[in-house]
Formats: sequence, structure tokens, C-alpha cells
Amino acid sequence: MSGPQLFFYLFGAAAVVSALGMVLNVRNTVAAAMCLVVTMISLGGIYVVLDAHLVAALQIMVYAGAIVVVFLFVVMLLNLRRDAFPPERQRVTKALGVGLAIGVTWDFLRRMPGALPTAREVAPDFGGYRAVGRALFLEYPLPFEITSLLLLGAIVGAVVLAKRRLD
Amino acid sequence: MLLAAIVKTLFIIGVAVGAFAPVITWVERKQSAVMQDRIGANRADIGGVTLLGLLHPLADVLKLLSKEDVVPLGANRVMHLIAPLISAIPAIASFAVIPFGGIYHFGDSTWNLVVADLDWGLLYIFAISSLAAYGGVIAGWASNNNWSLLGSLRASAQVISYEVTMGLSVVGIFMCFATLRLTDMAVAQDSTFRVLGFLEHFGWVSSLGALGHLTLPKWGIFLQPLGFVLFLTCVMAENKRPPFDLPEGESEIIAGYHLEYSGMRFGLFYMSEFIEVVVIAGLLTAIFLGGWSIPWLPQRTLIGAVTPVFGTGFATGLCMVLHVLTFFAKVIAMIWLQMQIRWTLPRPRYDQVMDLCWKIMLPLSLANAMVTAIVILALQGRAA
Repeated sequence: MSGPQLFFYLFGAAAVVSALGMVLNVRNTVAAAMCLVVTMISLGGIYVVLDAHLVAALQIMVYAGAIVVVFLFVVMLLNLRRDAFPPERQRVTKALGVGLAIGVTWDFLRRMPGALPTAREVAPDFGGYRAVGRALFLEYPLPFEITSLLLLGAIVGAVVLAKRRLD
Repeated sequence: MLLAAIVKTLFIIGVAVGAFAPVITWVERKQSAVMQDRIGANRADIGGVTLLGLLHPLADVLKLLSKEDVVPLGANRVMHLIAPLISAIPAIASFAVIPFGGIYHFGDSTWNLVVADLDWGLLYIFAISSLAAYGGVIAGWASNNNWSLLGSLRASAQVISYEVTMGLSVVGIFMCFATLRLTDMAVAQDSTFRVLGFLEHFGWVSSLGALGHLTLPKWGIFLQPLGFVLFLTCVMAENKRPPFDLPEGESEIIAGYHLEYSGMRFGLFYMSEFIEVVVIAGLLTAIFLGGWSIPWLPQRTLIGAVTPVFGTGFATGLCMVLHVLTFFAKVIAMIWLQMQIRWTLPRPRYDQVMDLCWKIMLPLSLANAMVTAIVILALQGRAA
């Protein structure tokens, strides 16, 4: 097994285990959030192995470094204790969830190819900031600008909601 | 390849964590003592030998190791134990992409004095340093103490805010050197530029005469002075040391997120701040102070001058040694600067720190990026 392959499986295993940890730690919200951080970092590692360096950096910077920190803020300030969650009652939703999970897993296994596809050579600057920047600003400038407007709208909305009283 | 990487990793971690960080604890006490007209740490001795007080770091470590490691009642044990590690590891990992020397060719073998020569080096630094916030957050929460929690909230809000400006303040540098790879950045800075050359370039002055010989090293600090000030402020705020030590506040919220820590675990928080000081000095050197380059003496000129006398191998080796020494000399200068700021400036209020970030530094860094872009476009348009 080559080095990158080894790291791919290592990060993949870490991502799966920590994602499971997040779901199973549902009553200990801070531990769940920390598991989510590990998932994000592992995904970043997988992106590095796949030569998507810019996405890897952004994955860690934005998701692990900023968004989950804000999750943690909220969780900590609520200071939920283990007994804050009443015992689960909704049998129907539970059964539905388990059924859906089994269905999705089965479909995934059905589509999975028998062998790993052979790796193709990528362009030297594939996934780097130059290639992504060129694509963003030369090929897709309009969607890029529209996204920035969307984000601006979200920021203004957040300020209005947070301020309560505009003066 | 692997062996070289391991040797380089051990070298940089040994120098930065093993040598620089402990000595800085002594330097900090000694420098503050000099500034306040005191004598400072000079008492720790082994058989009467004090070495100017340099044995104090050793005494500190012995004290911290022998202290009781208290975990408060009701604390989350696992999280409480790993929090100091989470804050120390990103600081150490940042050294991977900071070049402490250039690229040297000895016959067939090439020596590239950086652990990982990543094309996205600066992005790696930002990504890794954004994880440093977790150490404080987890420490404050896991201690089961409201004062700790308040300290950690302040710390993380401050770190997240300054991260934004930190990224934007070096956009101008990306544009000047057209790269994110720190080794390329250092190579690009290993030359000079004519200070008043732009007057001639735009045709405002027909000839500069003697002033045309006025050159400066092509360092980031001369191309992006405002970027340097903004970046320095941001990284110092990220490190949460005075004057930005707002997570601590003896009169308001006691001692910050490490309130409930004792012994070596507290020492690790303390140590990671000092490791961060070295990382910051290394980063400032690599981005703004020309890295390993010797001012007005490019690598090619130096090797070319020494080769006729002693041969290529010796010339390259000499060049390498000089470059590594230059790099660490600049790092020491930047550490001194940080210490000087730490003991000089008074401490602002928390809301003032956040206002400074969002209302002054963020617009300034955006303006800096825009002006840089316009100037570069104008220069290129003129050349074409």
C-alpha cells in the first residue's frame, strides 16, 4: 500500500469513527461537537490525499476552525446536562430513522464498485488555489457574485435579528 | 527523503521548542526587569553557578512537574486532560512550512531547508492556527467553573475575530509575490528594488541620477508596511498575550480559561504561548523580513563570490550556514519586538479590542488589499 493510500484509509477510518461518535454522543453535546471537529479534520486530510489542497485548507479553516467553534459557543452557553434530555418516546420516528439508514446503506453497498477505480493522473496545479481561482473568476464569475450577494443578505439578516432594536 | 524530513523536523522542533521557548521565559523576566529598573531572575543556582539566571527555566519545570495535578470536582476528566495538548499541538505543527533556509545544490543532492514545502503553505498556517482556539474553549468548559467558561468565551471570540483580519492583511503579500508557498516567498525576497524606481517607471521623472542607486531589500515589510503592522497586531491578538490578554482579567473574570489548571498542565498552556511567540517570529521573518536572505547579498552573488577561492561545495555550504544563522537572527529580533510590545503597551478594554478588530483593522486590511491590487495593475499596465 502506498503512502497516500495508507493516509486515505487512516483519515477515512477516523472520519467514520468520529462521525459515529458524534451520533452516539447525542446526550453529551460538547463531546458530540468535538467529534464533529475530528470528522471535519479527517475530511480535510482526505482532501489533501486527493490533491484538493485549497478545499482541504478551507475545510479545516472554515468548518473546523470557525463554524464548529460557534456550535460549541451555543452548546456551552446552554450548558445542557445529561438529564436535560427526556427519555426518547417517539417510537415511530425512531423506526423510520433506522429503516431509512438501512435503506441508504443498502443502496450505497449496491452501487459500490467491486474494485477501486484506477487513479488517473491530474493536472499539476489541480485543486490548487490558482486553478480554483481561475475557475471562479474566469469561468463562473456570475454564480460567484450571486453567492456573495446571498452571503451579504445573510449577514444583514443576522445583524437585524441580533440587534432587536435598530436605532 | 523520509530520513531528511525527520532530521529537519527534529532540528526545527528542537530549536524552537527545546531551546527557544524555555529561554524566552527567562528573557521575558529579564527584559521586563531591565525595563522596570530591577535585576530580575538571577537566584536559581547549581552549586553557586547561576549562569545569569539561565537556570530559572529548569527550576520552573522542576517545580511544575512536582506540583499536584488537580482536576476539579465535576469536571469532564478526559476533556480537562487533553485541552492543554490541543492548544500546544497546532503551535508546534505550524513550524512544518516555515523555511529556515533556502534551497542548496550539492552535486546531485538538493537540500531544501523546510520540513514540508507546500504549495499552499500560508493556507496551511491559517488552517492549523484556526484549530488553536479549541484548546482554550475546551479548557474553559471542561473545568466546570463559570469563570473559566467566561474566559474561554472571551478567548475564542477574540481569536475568531482576529483570524478574519489576519487572513486579509496578507492578501497584499500574496499579490506582491504571486505565491502562497513560503519558500518561493523567501526566494522572491532575496533581491533588491529601487526605492524611487516607480517615478521613472511612470515617466514622472526622466532620470533619477544618484537617487537611482538607492535600493532596499525586496522584503514584505518594505512592500507592504501597513500589511506588516496589521498582521503583527493580529497574530499578537491571536496569541492572547498582553496587551491582548483579555481572556484573563484579575479584577473582572479572574484568571481566564486556565483558572482550574495546575502543575505541568498549566505549564503546557504557558509553554504553548511561548512556542507561539517563536512561530510568530518565524512567520513574520518568512513573510515580511525576507526569511533566510541576507540583505543586499543574494544567494547567487554570495556563492559566485566565494566559489573561485574555495570551490562550489564549500561556497554552497557556507551560504547555507550563513542563511540559517540569518534566519534565526531575524527570529530573535522579532521575539525581542514582541517582548518589547508586551511590556510597553497598556491593556485595552475587551470591547475596545473587538472594536479595533472589526471597525478599524478589517476595513484597513481590505483597503490595503485593494490599493495593492490597483498599484500592481498600474505597474503591469505600464510595462505592457
